[in-house]
Amino acid sequence: MGDTMTLPHVTTAPPPSVARPSPLAAETLRETLLRIAHVEKTYATKDGQAIHALKDVNLDIGKGEFISIVGPSGCGKTTLLKILAGILRRSSGDIAMQGRDLNGPSRELGVVFQAPVLLPWRTVLQNVMVPVEVQKRERTSFEQRARQLLAMVGLSGFENKYPTELSGGMQQRVGICRALVHDPSFLLMDEPFGALDAMTREQMNEELQRIWTESRKTVLLVTHSIPEAVYLADRVVVMTPRPGRIVDIIPVDLPRPRTLAMHNTPEFGRFVARIRAHFNSTGSLD
Amino acid sequence: MKAHPNAHDRLHRFTQAVLLPLATLCLFIGGWEAFVYGFGISQIVLPSPSAIALAFSDGLLSGDFSWHLAVTMYEVLAGFILGSAAGLVLGFLIALVPLAERILYPYIVAFQTVPKVAIAPIMVIWFGYGVTSKIVITATIAFFPLLANTIMGLRATPHDQIEMLVSYTASRWQVFTMVRLKQALPYIFVGLDVAIVLSVIGAIVGEFVGAKAGLGYLILQKNFNLDMAGTFAILIILSLIGVGLHAIVSWAQRRIVFWMDTAGDRVMGA
Repeated sequence: MGDTMTLPHVTTAPPPSVARPSPLAAETLRETLLRIAHVEKTYATKDGQAIHALKDVNLDIGKGEFISIVGPSGCGKTTLLKILAGILRRSSGDIAMQGRDLNGPSRELGVVFQAPVLLPWRTVLQNVMVPVEVQKRERTSFEQRARQLLAMVGLSGFENKYPTELSGGMQQRVGICRALVHDPSFLLMDEPFGALDAMTREQMNEELQRIWTESRKTVLLVTHSIPEAVYLADRVVVMTPRPGRIVDIIPVDLPRPRTLAMHNTPEFGRFVARIRAHFNSTGSLD
Repeated sequence: MKAHPNAHDRLHRFTQAVLLPLATLCLFIGGWEAFVYGFGISQIVLPSPSAIALAFSDGLLSGDFSWHLAVTMYEVLAGFILGSAAGLVLGFLIALVPLAERILYPYIVAFQTVPKVAIAPIMVIWFGYGVTSKIVITATIAFFPLLANTIMGLRATPHDQIEMLVSYTASRWQVFTMVRLKQALPYIFVGLDVAIVLSVIGAIVGEFVGAKAGLGYLILQKNFNLDMAGTFAILIILSLIGVGLHAIVSWAQRRIVFWMDTAGDRVMGA
């Protein structure tokens, strides 16, 4: 399964007890893909006040790692993701992707948005091909890849349908295929399953875990859901608002592949409780 | 038995959509005919439907209408194409170049507040009694719906679609061709639909002011000769032209903007 599967301490799962920023033991063994150092983002409101959306955010993401970011609304998690995606500019700080400064959109990134954001005049296949067209990549081989991705998420046979003919969950799966089609090394996901019902959401979580193990991408998932974050992540990054900052990074050493049944294990519950404690202390749980 | 409800349904829909309006029409025409003959109303005041039908078929068969019809159609189409093309081009310019908006837009709005009908006499003096003045009048009327809708359409692109493309490293030009242009199309078609109907009005108004040919000219001539049945017959032709052109635009819209549900027939006119 390659480096995506070789996590340290897979066999023993010591319950995380101390709530302090972890020493990032897991990630020291990996090659760092993305380094976020002292990133800040301030907005000016209309009456000239400065809003600190992000304050001194530091995070190293290892190659092949799955990172979840959780936090209540307004904690800056989506802002951070948009800065990484090149849609927003950071006010200060450094972001480096494999040593190179990342300042703007990158071909090495694939982004999945809160809404599927499919173009209604394009078929499913044409929607998946958007990055390939934008980046002027060789069409025929990538079309082959697009079809394979659609098959992987169970959408073969839907290539020539239009988005309106698909359910919400199917549309979001098309969005995931689109983010993967140009074979980026890094996948950014901004609350991709927020709009789905609980059943579909769990199904999509399982599917995402499978996609991640099969494609060996590095994933950064922004989510509202603590169980979703724990279920998927190698490390959960906890953010709190005003100003938006990282308050904890929790390695999740539950064995892989994880199953939905794990949600009910005491280990899983301890991770969830530890994360939730941060929000209870700040008095805000979404 | 299985097919029965379905067939019943279809019959019901046919009744609702076709038979009922048709019955209304027959009742209306019958009542009109009875009214004219029953009260002995002069054909000069209100012609009976049968007299109008006769004038209509006479005009068509004798070829009296055809030349005037051709002239008016030419004016409508030429004016529509020129006016909407100008509206389209300026709309793109204003929507895409902020400087152009600041320089041009106030004057265009001011121009729009002038009733085009009021400047028709000036156009006739400037461009003569021939088709040119009518084409100019029609073009000035067709211009604004396209301008306004093009600007609105180009600004209607949802922000998340632009962000999506930008995150995949799309250039401004790619954002324009792949999304903004597509999102503007439904609006542009609304503009075309309004403009094509207004164009007929523009041509007729132009002919009223002063012309040597055309259906508007023919209406004045028939009115002058107290040929009311003939006037009504031309009105029917004019509304048929309007309905026909509207249908062509709607058809093109359904084909090109296929991903949108067409929200029924839009209210025509300004």
